[in-house]
Amino acid sequence: MIDNKLIHLVDTTLRDGSHAVSHQFTCEQVASIAGGLDAAGVEYIEVSHGDGLAGSSINYGFSAVKEEELLKAASGAIKKGKLTVLLLPGIGTIDDLKMAAGCGAKVVRVATHVTEADIAEQHIVIAKKLGMMTVGFLMMAHMVPPEKVAEQAKLFESYGADYINIADSAGAMLPEDVKARVGAVVDAVKVPVGFHAHNNLTLASANSLTAIEMGATFIDCTLRGLGAGAGNTQTEALVGVLNKAGFRTDIDFYKIMDVAEGIVEPIMKRPQLVRNAPLMLGYAGVYSSFLLHTYRAAEKFNLDPRDILVELGRRRMVGGQEDMIVDVAYQLAKKKGVS
Amino acid sequence: MDKDLKKIKVAIIGPGNIGSDLMYKILRSQHLELALMTGIVESEGVKRARNMGIMTSTEGVNAVLEQKDIKIVFDATGAKPHLQHAPLLKEAGKIAIDLTPAAVGPYVVPCVNLEKLKAESNLNMVTCGGQATVPIVNAIHRVAGAKYAEIVACIASKSAGPGTRQNIDEFTQTTAKALEVVGGAKKGKAIIVLNPAEPPIMMTNTVYVEVEKPDEKSIRASVEEMVKDVQSYVPGYQLRIPPILEGNKVTTIVQVEGAGDFLPKYSGNLDIITSAAVRVAEKLAIMILRGEIAA
Repeated sequence: MIDNKLIHLVDTTLRDGSHAVSHQFTCEQVASIAGGLDAAGVEYIEVSHGDGLAGSSINYGFSAVKEEELLKAASGAIKKGKLTVLLLPGIGTIDDLKMAAGCGAKVVRVATHVTEADIAEQHIVIAKKLGMMTVGFLMMAHMVPPEKVAEQAKLFESYGADYINIADSAGAMLPEDVKARVGAVVDAVKVPVGFHAHNNLTLASANSLTAIEMGATFIDCTLRGLGAGAGNTQTEALVGVLNKAGFRTDIDFYKIMDVAEGIVEPIMKRPQLVRNAPLMLGYAGVYSSFLLHTYRAAEKFNLDPRDILVELGRRRMVGGQEDMIVDVAYQLAKKKGVS
Repeated sequence: MDKDLKKIKVAIIGPGNIGSDLMYKILRSQHLELALMTGIVESEGVKRARNMGIMTSTEGVNAVLEQKDIKIVFDATGAKPHLQHAPLLKEAGKIAIDLTPAAVGPYVVPCVNLEKLKAESNLNMVTCGGQATVPIVNAIHRVAGAKYAEIVACIASKSAGPGTRQNIDEFTQTTAKALEVVGGAKKGKAIIVLNPAEPPIMMTNTVYVEVEKPDEKSIRASVEEMVKDVQSYVPGYQLRIPPILEGNKVTTIVQVEGAGDFLPKYSGNLDIITSAAVRVAEKLAIMILRGEIAA
């Protein structure tokens, strides 16, 4: 295959990966990872709390270091790439966005649940006014049919989003689900389309490749796959895969592998394996960042984490509802106690 | 004594969903008489009120100003119109209950700080999340001291109107501030999540408080008492998970089912703010009737 089409990689090790280290990144770690990504030629480097700007909270976990300091550390280390941030309306606000812009963020991805794009209009409009590249980011896209994803993508486009990112936040999609959703959005909008995978069903790379096949040109990834649940598409592996498939990423393959092995691997708290609970996230269609919170609740209430996840999936909980993990665990434990 | 003399005349500006729900609640009140529903166009809400035998107008705030015997006015329009209405209502000697985000007057959560605010001529109803969570924060604060309060409000997508959607930051910022100013927490944070599940979910609110004195027994008793206070004006308010302590962190979950007056039962988020507004008006009406406050 001789295609040589450029695929833009958005590395989110320092955002989605933040979940896997329970938001304990330090300024030194952020500077060295961001610097390494930049030197390897990665175009977009996302740095934020796992749940976006101002995500530091009891509900999602407190950050070890103030977001402002982490952003400044990253900004100081990035020479060519673009510092990117994530914002979830309902958690972060326009004030947080302005803080990030002040720290050197050039791109903001504004993320909503796949049916709720209209809560992001204000943030997209203001980000554009601040001169930022803005991205409309639709989470949990597996939960609705392709037509609905396309309808919401068009809303984002109408607000001025520069590209639309479709996120399989639960790592629940099969390649055919990716085909249908990414295909529908590519057909519906004029702006570029991106894809964000989770590896809960071990399909992250395959699904990313499928998204590219359907016309996606922006792909999210993390070094060593560090991320919520079973993690994301592995950046260094994706570079290799895309090289073999005949796409261009303009990323140095050796250098990106070295950042993964030399800098990220030593700070990982556990290998990014598809253990039973993350597998169940994908199987039951549950938001990936629920994982570590579910382990804690399972221990506290003496339950099998899989039972909690199945119930969360049955209740159709969406991203950000980490508080409902305790609710489910409490109700399950109560039921167990009665029977 | 004429039975009607025991009632205080009130008006609603803004005959939308909130205004219509207020109407049904006021019609049940022993102390309030709905004398006027006013909007700016001949809308469904205006027609609905007229069909129920209520005097209506399309002259907006002016219709209220003309009527001297209307003492309390609910404003269910929007932030911008309320900024215009507020000084006019004040000049006309009427108490304004503001259900918009304008927040001209102080925040009021009836079971927490109404007593302190009875001399105010303009009271703001905070947000739905504030009405649901500030009482819990305050219940914990009064016995244990709240260093930090954080709430997560989850609302059915169908129950979040365009006003909330177009300015969702207003919700998080106003609610966080009310956790501090009314709830008593040194620092507050608010998060809102919309969930589109069908059938629509009930409004649930998780309240986390970091306390100075983590005494489970007194916290539990205080929260249970506060829940009863809220239930006296929001019957669908329920303790879903009683306070759970982990170290100095207290987690409590409350659920709000709407009364289903005009809005569907899953709109507990709207029901709690209209119910709280009517409760404020009733308390003020009783004070006016007793001559405790001037009118």
